[in-house]
Amino acid sequence: MSLITEKDYGTPEIKSEKLVNLVIDGKKVTVPEGTSVMRAARQIDTDIPSLCATDSIKEYGSCRLCLVEVDGVRGTPASCTTPVSDGMSVKTSSERLTRIRRGIMELYISDHPDEDSPLHDMARLVGLEENRYGTEGHNHLKTIIDDSNPYFSFDPAKCILCARCVRACEEVQGTFALTIDGRGFDSKIAAGTDQSFLSSDCVSCGACVQACPTDSLFEKRVAEIGQPERSVVTTCAYCGVGCGFKAETKGEEVVRMMPWKDGMANHGHSCVKGRFAWDYAIHNDRILSPMIRDKITDPWKKVGWDEAIKFSADRLMTVQKKYGRKSIGGITSSRCTNEEVFVVQKLIRAAFKNNNVDTCARVCHSPTGYGLRETLGTSAGTQTFDSVMDTDVMMVIGANPPDAHPVFASQMKKRLRDGAKLIVIDPRKTGLVKSPHIKADYHLPLQPGTNVAMINAIAHVVISEGLMDQDYIDERCDTDAFSDWRNFILDPINSPKEAEKHTGVAAEDICAAARLYATGGNSAIYYGLGVTEHSQGSTMVIGMANLAMATGNIGKVGVGVNPLRGQNNVQGSCDMGSFPNELPGYRPISDDSARAEFEKEWSVDLDPEPGLRIPNMFDAAVDGTYKAMYIQGEDVAQSDPNTHHVEAAMKALDCLIVQDLFLNETARFAHVFLPGTSFLEKNGTFTNAERRISRVRKVMEPITGMDEWEVTCRLGRAMGYDMSYSNASEIMDEIARLTPTFAGVSFDKLDERGSIQWPCNEAAPEGTPIMHIDSFVRGKGNFIVTEYVPTTERTNRKFPLILTTGRILSQYNVGAQTRRTKNNIWHDQDTLDIHPHDAENRGISDGDMVRIQSRMGETVLEAKLTENMQPGVVYTTFHMPESGANIITTDNSDWATACPEYKVTAVEVRSTNRKSKWQEEFGGFSEATRHISK
Amino acid sequence: MENDGFKGLEKSLKLSSKEIVDEVITSGLRGRGGAAFPTGIKWNTVLEAEAEQKYICCNADEGDSGTFSDRILMESDPFCLIEGMTIAGLAVGATMGYIYLRSEYPLCRSILRKAIAIANVNNYLGKDICGSGKYFDIEVRLGAGSYVCGEETAMLESLEGKRGMVRAKPPLPAHIGLFGKPTVINNVISLASVPIILDKGGDHYANYGIGRSRGTIAFQITGNIKRGGLVEKAFGVSLGTLVNDFGGGTWSGKELKAIQVGGPLGAYLSQDDLELLLDYEAFSEVGAVLGHGGIVIFDETANMKDQAKFAFEFCAIESCGKCTPCRIGSTRGTELIEKQDYELLKELCELMDTSSLCAMGGMTPIPVKSALNKWPGDFKD
Repeated sequence: MSLITEKDYGTPEIKSEKLVNLVIDGKKVTVPEGTSVMRAARQIDTDIPSLCATDSIKEYGSCRLCLVEVDGVRGTPASCTTPVSDGMSVKTSSERLTRIRRGIMELYISDHPDEDSPLHDMARLVGLEENRYGTEGHNHLKTIIDDSNPYFSFDPAKCILCARCVRACEEVQGTFALTIDGRGFDSKIAAGTDQSFLSSDCVSCGACVQACPTDSLFEKRVAEIGQPERSVVTTCAYCGVGCGFKAETKGEEVVRMMPWKDGMANHGHSCVKGRFAWDYAIHNDRILSPMIRDKITDPWKKVGWDEAIKFSADRLMTVQKKYGRKSIGGITSSRCTNEEVFVVQKLIRAAFKNNNVDTCARVCHSPTGYGLRETLGTSAGTQTFDSVMDTDVMMVIGANPPDAHPVFASQMKKRLRDGAKLIVIDPRKTGLVKSPHIKADYHLPLQPGTNVAMINAIAHVVISEGLMDQDYIDERCDTDAFSDWRNFILDPINSPKEAEKHTGVAAEDICAAARLYATGGNSAIYYGLGVTEHSQGSTMVIGMANLAMATGNIGKVGVGVNPLRGQNNVQGSCDMGSFPNELPGYRPISDDSARAEFEKEWSVDLDPEPGLRIPNMFDAAVDGTYKAMYIQGEDVAQSDPNTHHVEAAMKALDCLIVQDLFLNETARFAHVFLPGTSFLEKNGTFTNAERRISRVRKVMEPITGMDEWEVTCRLGRAMGYDMSYSNASEIMDEIARLTPTFAGVSFDKLDERGSIQWPCNEAAPEGTPIMHIDSFVRGKGNFIVTEYVPTTERTNRKFPLILTTGRILSQYNVGAQTRRTKNNIWHDQDTLDIHPHDAENRGISDGDMVRIQSRMGETVLEAKLTENMQPGVVYTTFHMPESGANIITTDNSDWATACPEYKVTAVEVRSTNRKSKWQEEFGGFSEATRHISK
Repeated sequence: MENDGFKGLEKSLKLSSKEIVDEVITSGLRGRGGAAFPTGIKWNTVLEAEAEQKYICCNADEGDSGTFSDRILMESDPFCLIEGMTIAGLAVGATMGYIYLRSEYPLCRSILRKAIAIANVNNYLGKDICGSGKYFDIEVRLGAGSYVCGEETAMLESLEGKRGMVRAKPPLPAHIGLFGKPTVINNVISLASVPIILDKGGDHYANYGIGRSRGTIAFQITGNIKRGGLVEKAFGVSLGTLVNDFGGGTWSGKELKAIQVGGPLGAYLSQDDLELLLDYEAFSEVGAVLGHGGIVIFDETANMKDQAKFAFEFCAIESCGKCTPCRIGSTRGTELIEKQDYELLKELCELMDTSSLCAMGGMTPIPVKSALNKWPGDFKD
């Protein structure tokens, strides 16, 4: 592929059913009413010169290059700010227009004589031959370059004040970090209150850099390496938004990641991680050679692939011989492609001959899968991201999109600025509650662990005040189930007054939010791990589905129940049969006919008994009945709760095989290390939070010398099971054959359409953007009673505070990727966020070291005083291994899916002057177990 | 009350919106801020725009050099403005009005605030105007010293709390104005002319004036003049009458050299133009503007090259910085006059005239060209 340059229509697309006919330079064109003359012209490839216009932001009219003549109109209107009208006749070139354009460019060049400025291309285009003003006049050449951002620089000398950066920051990203300062000739772009970019509110999303027409904002890597020559369209490997990117390369080197305009999840936008923080993929810490060792106290020994695979297969088979068929298992990765996940679960079911396979969704969105399947019939969100543009009321529960799903947050903010209402249910004052031009209509800062009491109270208000959509319920839902649920929800124990006691939120606010949700038009629920990672995570998911069904808010655009999934392919890893009880496509392993299909395709007998879930694997390991594991791309030693227990389990294994980019925390306990590949080295697909399957394409050959799925296949063959493919496309074909919702998916079709949302099959050959349109996947919508059962993790005199956890924009989950990028400049350590009252009571000042002690353990972090917390609740992120956030989290988990209750831990916080014992030992052990012999 | 205060409002309350608008159309009133757009037509556009909320904005950012009629009116008869805005509100269906007042007028601010409070207490503003059940309220907002915020779209930005940057038109403020809602924007004098139109009838007002310039206008005569001050006359009086009869000639007693009419971006007229009648169209024919009615007198000691340069310097400082011709052109214009490159200067003037986003850049060439044409001798060293 050569370098892709996307067409810029100058002004945004207008959606209008009314069409307007006009003539531009004698050529007829028909466009929707409200379209600009510039866009209409560019649609018929008549390029009107311009500098300040780009189609991701609204017209502005500052450069004055795009002036045109319109029959019957005095003067020379700007084509970007002039809407088309019926019968209009436009001339885009004339002697007068040429004179104006040259005059404008002459003014620009008089201020920017620098020959390498892209302005000179425009000057040549309009035929400017000389700058008669000279260069000795006033100019901006002696301004100072702002180099503070690690990824891009700002050179005001090249700036033409077109404000594309300012407008992109406002309209595309929604941060409002940039402005124009000063007046007239002295006007200049300023970050914040004339600060450096780094110290301003800038979130480094890159929208301004992308929008800049003069290289005034310039990516440092392009300055270093040079302009790219080739583009490969691929999909980001960070969060569940699944942004499309063009990886741009020069020779063998990746120069930059440019957001892809046709990417349906991001429409050309990006965040700091996807746009800039991808170079962990080429970091020196990458392990490129397979390694083995006899004991975890031995140094690692580098070996060839054959030796590593033989060593692994021998150990696994030895363990099985000694401890039985079910004594081994594995964990698939939500960071890997669908194809890689599929072959790992196939390896376990067909070669290990058991169902001991699980995935990290266990610890994040497993309640989503359960709750939505039981009520609606599908283990996935109901909408496309674009659906939010038709939403009138957003209810955001336990999610912090501006940090965790930044690109979708920008889309939400756009809709909110255009007038949608917002309800935020979250213990913390998150970035959505109040940000520039956005203020939540209701923020219900509930006590962590009381979600179900809250959702029941909201439903209670809806039903008791008759705000439900009875026609919808009668037509689409199981009316017996509704009737049972109705009786339950009307019980006074579910009233807002009762809920106030549990949640700490005033009953009247709950009532008001409930009324808004039920009567505000299209209402959509967006939620994150603040819903699922609770002992009642599944109950809460069911509660939200109940509420949405009762108000008719499922089955059309603008509504829905939408999980904001955390990892790039966590939806996909679930779809691909990563659960111990489910084959790909969520078909029960106990279902004879489903199993028979797989047995036929794979020529093997499958075990009908479900296998172990991750926490059960750890328990069994500690018990000594589970002795070997193959873990691909997941760092359980850092990410899973109760670290002491996880470490004990790891140490008890006879064989641990870790496949990863880096020697992660789990690898400290491993006997085999198989080097993995980054997303830049893979062919395959990721499935995002809106069920969108997008292609991941190889930008470079695997640095390790082997495709990751091929490693898995070789391990299978070494264990005596023949599994082989010649490419990733063949794996997708097998997935399509075996998975009804993927039946119509193939690489060819994906290449042709860009992306597809499952289900994609004979009934829906184009895929399914919105689910449950005419009826629910399960038939009738199922209401399920959701009794509130408080968590057993409670505060008392000894542990009076509740600790809850979350993510921050610049870092990502366990930080394996982002910690190896320049993103550390924004967040180089995890802190404990605490309300000033709680801090004062304990004599804690901002920046003090504090010991956080729970019933499970203790760790030490730096305190950060913030009123974003409510008194009684403290918060930390978990990006740094040495933070040991999971030393303190408990063993509690969701009753239905065993998803850990990360979000509620009773703790006490005190000042201290030394690290915890675990933290002190961590450093030394960490070093020792990572030693590689030369 | 003794001076027929609020009579126009009381009559308006008996009329339909459309009838009020028609009365203003009949009067021939045109915008006194400078652009001279027919007020009734503007109101009609806002009346016909469908919206839940509409606004009346009074432009009291009186920034032209040598002008003070808005200030005098607000200081001496604030109720007249309040009444005019309320009638405008009734006419277009707006319930909220803002007075965008320049911060250099602190006395106006306190007087207006007191007057608004008094009008509220006496039910001439508020929830139940004169017992009619109709609602209108007014708030005073202060500018921050920027000339360009007198440009109506920059004023809207400033009222919305943003940097005063000019918006491209379309959309017209009458369709998408303050906070995106249909908005009437009128100058103080335009709005203050409304009560008498409604009280005495559009025809009564239209009886004054000549041609398409109907009614009266408050001229402000300043600069090098013996008797400076404010003169309200019907359109059609000659420039000479104002300067010599009312003003009494130059203050210095030296020979009159130039008269700048219509603010810092108005044309410089000479003794040859004293017969010119004060009428929008007559001025337009000679490449001049009436603007807000400011008349500034210069005697023979004035150097017109310096005055031309001042026009560019003024523009360079006061430009909002949005469009290229105004932002860079104004600085280059200053430099060209210093370098005496008048050929390129003429081209620059044409460029600014044809391609600027708003009247700020578009009109800066007017004083420059008039000075260059009438006093070429001043431009040779």
